Amino acid sequence: MPKPDVHELQASTTSTTPAQPPRAAAHQNAFHRNLRNSRRGPDSIKGTVLKIVLLGLVDALAVYVLMMLFLSQSWAALAVSSLVVLAINWIYLRKGGLPAKYLAPGVLFLLVFQVLVVFFSGYIAFTNYGDGHNSTKEDAIAAIQLTAQKRVPDSPAYKAAVLTKGDTFYLLFTDPSGKAQIGSTGEPLTEVSGAGKDSAGKANSLPGYETLKFQEIVANQQEILKITVPVSEDPADGTLRTADGSTAYQFKPALSYDAATDTFNDSETGKAYRDNGKGAFADANGETLATGWKIDVGMDNFARAFTDPSLRGPLLGVILWTFTFSVASVALTFAVGLFLAITFNREDLRGKKVYRILMILPYAFPAFLSGLVWSGILNPEFGWLNQTLLGGANIGWLTDPVLAKISVLVVNVWLGFPYMFLVCTGALQSLPTEIDEAARMDGASPWRVFRSIKLPLLLVSVAPLLISSFAFNFNNFNVIYMLTGGGPRFADTDRDIGATDILITLVYKVAFGQGTGRDYGLASALAIIIFIIVATISAISFKQTKALEDVN
Amino acid sequence: MKVHNTLATQTTRRVFATGAISVVAALALSACGGSASTAPSSEAAKPDLKAAGAGTITMWVDAERSPALKDITEKFKSDTGIEVKLVVKDFAAVRDDFITQVPTGQGPDLIVGPHDWIGKFVQNGVIAPVELGDKAGQFQDSSIKAMTYNGAVYGVPYAIENIALLRNTSIVDSKASTLDEVVANGKKAVAEGKATFPFLVGMDPKQGDPYHLYPLQSSMGSQVFGKNADGGYDAKQLLIGDAAGVEFAKKLAVWGDAGEKIINSNITGDIAKEKFLAGESPYFLTGPWNVPDVQKKGIKFAVDELPTAGGEAAQPFIGVNGFFISAKSANALATNEFVTNYLTSESAQDSMYTAGGRPPALKASFEKAASDPVVEAFGKIGATGVPMPAIPEMSAVWADWGATELAIIKGQGDPAEAWTKMAASIKSKIGG
Repeated sequence: MPKPDVHELQASTTSTTPAQPPRAAAHQNAFHRNLRNSRRGPDSIKGTVLKIVLLGLVDALAVYVLMMLFLSQSWAALAVSSLVVLAINWIYLRKGGLPAKYLAPGVLFLLVFQVLVVFFSGYIAFTNYGDGHNSTKEDAIAAIQLTAQKRVPDSPAYKAAVLTKGDTFYLLFTDPSGKAQIGSTGEPLTEVSGAGKDSAGKANSLPGYETLKFQEIVANQQEILKITVPVSEDPADGTLRTADGSTAYQFKPALSYDAATDTFNDSETGKAYRDNGKGAFADANGETLATGWKIDVGMDNFARAFTDPSLRGPLLGVILWTFTFSVASVALTFAVGLFLAITFNREDLRGKKVYRILMILPYAFPAFLSGLVWSGILNPEFGWLNQTLLGGANIGWLTDPVLAKISVLVVNVWLGFPYMFLVCTGALQSLPTEIDEAARMDGASPWRVFRSIKLPLLLVSVAPLLISSFAFNFNNFNVIYMLTGGGPRFADTDRDIGATDILITLVYKVAFGQGTGRDYGLASALAIIIFIIVATISAISFKQTKALEDVN
Repeated sequence: MKVHNTLATQTTRRVFATGAISVVAALALSACGGSASTAPSSEAAKPDLKAAGAGTITMWVDAERSPALKDITEKFKSDTGIEVKLVVKDFAAVRDDFITQVPTGQGPDLIVGPHDWIGKFVQNGVIAPVELGDKAGQFQDSSIKAMTYNGAVYGVPYAIENIALLRNTSIVDSKASTLDEVVANGKKAVAEGKATFPFLVGMDPKQGDPYHLYPLQSSMGSQVFGKNADGGYDAKQLLIGDAAGVEFAKKLAVWGDAGEKIINSNITGDIAKEKFLAGESPYFLTGPWNVPDVQKKGIKFAVDELPTAGGEAAQPFIGVNGFFISAKSANALATNEFVTNYLTSESAQDSMYTAGGRPPALKASFEKAASDPVVEAFGKIGATGVPMPAIPEMSAVWADWGATELAIIKGQGDPAEAWTKMAASIKSKIGG
């Protein structure tokens, strides 16, 4: 006997409750029935099939991803992914829990694309990740060992064949004179006779050994690459190695790593390079080996942002200019946009649509393209502005610090006013016309109507957009980078920082710039500082906006 | 009715739930089986190869060079059964992608790029040296020198590029060897109304262009870095600020906007090209990459040697393109085989030349390509050049160098003072 539906039970109990007015009960009953019908929707056969197919696809992908993670031995990622997959299946296979079904994809994307990224850059800010500190210590040691291998000067080139006997790989060498020698790791070169030779005179077989074909060599390449055949009993003569399985050269490492003491020793100068605690091997004089590794450095990057002499001075200037730029951009674009919106909102204006379309055109261009085009237009000698409009005047629009700042602002206004125009037009059209009429009846001047009635009402709906516009311009990378590249450069710093650089272009230059190499750690620290500034200002502004709403 | 219905949906739901699990399982199995079974079937005769995960070599290459490698990769595949997968990447980002991805094990086995990436690659531990052995002798000396870093060769070169002086022969018909003569010829052409600009060189209005101005600088005896015992650049010997460098800085001010306007800070690379193509100047200091457009435009031109501004040879920077092997290649042996024995072949170098048009690094291929007088001329000038420094410290030099030159050309400040300050700034940055 199947259990009656819970909702039905509830419905019947509520309907029989005497305290409930009959109409309300009937209403509720109908409500429940509707609800139940709507809930039954996804449980219809079609819905179930759809659900299973979709979930199946997701799971198939998930299983593939999990296998890949398993093969690459990323255990932490594997554990997290498995939990996520289980959670998804649990959410969608169980009955009920409707909100979770809708929320799950959103939450998942939020976690993957926002939270994870933020946490990762947060983590990077506390490391020395960047050029020269690119990977783990093991990788760095391996890379140093690899580059320390130097061919012994004037040593002969050997032809090589790979042979096996039992489980051991041997290399059979033919030296330039045609002499055949064999050796293996730990077994120095010994001359052999009776080696079979190919037409080019290269020894390629030896009785008692099996010669590997190229495919077999490739299949065992990791072992074969590791073979180091001592040239003689004297380790100073170096070892023979092959990189391609067919030629071998005499190598001698300039540096050798001692795992017990964690030091690199230079065989020529006798210098020892030790882990200096800063993610690199250094000798007693502080000279470091080229390749280092990533370590945690705590708050160093944040401290550097404010103490590094080449950053400290310009950073203040850049912060000030960033505020000036973003506030002025918002104010100017809003003023221009609003003015035009009011102008084109007049009932009696003819050809309004054409004007409006023309107004929006700058908005349709990608900002970085406009930046490049404008930078051409503003060229002092060949730019259209100076040549055509100013009769060949040689004005350095982008090369004079003050003019460059003005140019950046003007171009940004040109780029940004259509947005404000659109927003204000929409907001204006939603204002009730009666207020306007009533005010006019009372004898208010148009300016008074605008200032005391329209603007406050407008601000209620537009203010949040102004705040987001501020946040956007605070990080308006495109217009700065494409127009001036941050220049003209400051004279008081040896970093590539200039008068029109805002914080985000500064971060970009630190992270990827030409200056002193890439420094992701410092760039992340600066990015976090920017985030804190923008978040604080936005939070305060939104609070103010609420107050604005209350007044009205 | 109703009750029965609920029962029906409940059973179907259960059936489908189990169905779903089995579908998922089946999909999973097929996905698993798919990737495992398709791979060996094509290579049934060579099971070992796939077992070691060595079936393919991945190479990062840009769109322009990718087609040129097709023939040689096919030959390699038919000889060895190993496929070379060419992954086309955006050239602007590929260097940084390589540096960040190699340590994760996701990087390619091979990458194509210019030699001045080597320093940064070594600093980050992402490339492995290549031993060319006797084959090194088959390449132009300068190309092997460029690929050598800290005494080891890191790449197989295939093309050399450097700048030269293009001369519009219908405006100026005779060759000049010094900058003064070039300028005199150019000014004469301007005075006669045959041209508007006596001399053209592209300037980046934001960063300057030390690369294009370097022959002038080197002809006055000013270099960037000194060399160490093995012939490589030594970051500890920063020479740029020496007396010859200061002389060059003073000259720059004379040539610049406030002086004779031979080097114009407002002429970008694009504008310079446009003006030369329009026949508005007899001279254009540029590289082989602009030659095809000049030819297309039908301009009669000659490739002249670089003009000297001082008593010494005008040495251009040469850039050598080549192939580099990842330090973490899982398929290092096969990759080495491909790089040292296939990419060094004449046919491979020939087809790279056909695609890129830059003088080949392999002598045999270069001789064939040199039947084209333009290639021959560029190649000859390149032979006198010096490799662009590949040491990582160089990245600290470019920005200061360019900005200072730009300021001097614009006539801002005292050139000698600006130059000395620049040298001090570079020195403090590289800790030399």
